[in-house]
Amino acid sequence: MADVNRRIQVDLSGQVALVTGASRGIGKAIAIALGKSGAVVACLARNEEKLKETAAEITAAGGKASIHACDVTNSEAAQAAVDAVVEQHGRLDVVVNNAGITKDTLLPIMSDDDWDQVIAANLRSVFLFSRAAAKVMMRQRSGRIINMSSVSGLVGNPGQSNYSASKAGIIGFTQTVARELAKRKITVNAICPGFIATDMAEALGPAIIDEVKKRIPIQRIGEAHEIADAVLYLASDSASYITGQVITVDGGMTA
Amino acid sequence: MASIMERVTDIVSEQLGVDKDKITAETSFVNDLGADSLDTVELVMELEEEFDINIPDDAAEKIQTVGQAVAFIEQNSRS
Repeated sequence: MADVNRRIQVDLSGQVALVTGASRGIGKAIAIALGKSGAVVACLARNEEKLKETAAEITAAGGKASIHACDVTNSEAAQAAVDAVVEQHGRLDVVVNNAGITKDTLLPIMSDDDWDQVIAANLRSVFLFSRAAAKVMMRQRSGRIINMSSVSGLVGNPGQSNYSASKAGIIGFTQTVARELAKRKITVNAICPGFIATDMAEALGPAIIDEVKKRIPIQRIGEAHEIADAVLYLASDSASYITGQVITVDGGMTA
Repeated sequence: MASIMERVTDIVSEQLGVDKDKITAETSFVNDLGADSLDTVELVMELEEEFDINIPDDAAEKIQTVGQAVAFIEQNSRS
């Protein structure tokens, strides 16, 4: 496992970051990593109690965080959350559109709700937060939008037609918005995590997890911090010339 | 309080990086100042904020010059 001292260190002090789906899993790891890097982190999710835990970890590590419980699929709520963050912290430098859900099932028995809820949580939320953030970042003449896609947005995965569609949609959205906003020094990129140790992955059960491991050349499941480190890189000045791109962090699964 | 023309001129000058003395009522955003579609969207956003008005897309499309922007704001301004 990676030595913490050899991992990427970036200085984001003076910057304000917003992370959706920050209550657990990859989003929580991202929020904490950004907080430890000096950014003030606005943590968003529905579950306020869980958000408090994320914020507490950031504060315990000497960082600053605020929490904003909201339904990320709701247009007014998304705009209000971004307004509140800008009001509270004065600016918005990094937005990580991470919130996502799965409702896996095979196509013939997929309900309308299975489809609509996954597209709303995973794709509509990216649109809502990117739109609200773009207005702030255009005025600032700077910003980083980092969208969490998935290897399921790159290759097919039976049982995930809704999830795959949402994650592939994020890639198309990322590329177009990157072109639209590049002139204002706003970069927009996507990260495609592979199989990462989170509640979402664990819900699949040990049998499926073992099966998945066989398809990973690096022969292990990824850790949430390995995604967070990619976010730190994209948020840093080192990534200033990267936009509209997809970084896949999957242990070679899609190689 | 500065006039609407002065306030619009300030915003246009700031957004498009042109000298204020080069901006008249006849100045066209696209033809004279080289505004592209993103510049135009941003100008509309800034004018909406400055004057606390809503400029619908179809109205925004008809606003080609600084004078037309001022006229629209005069007709629709609440402030």
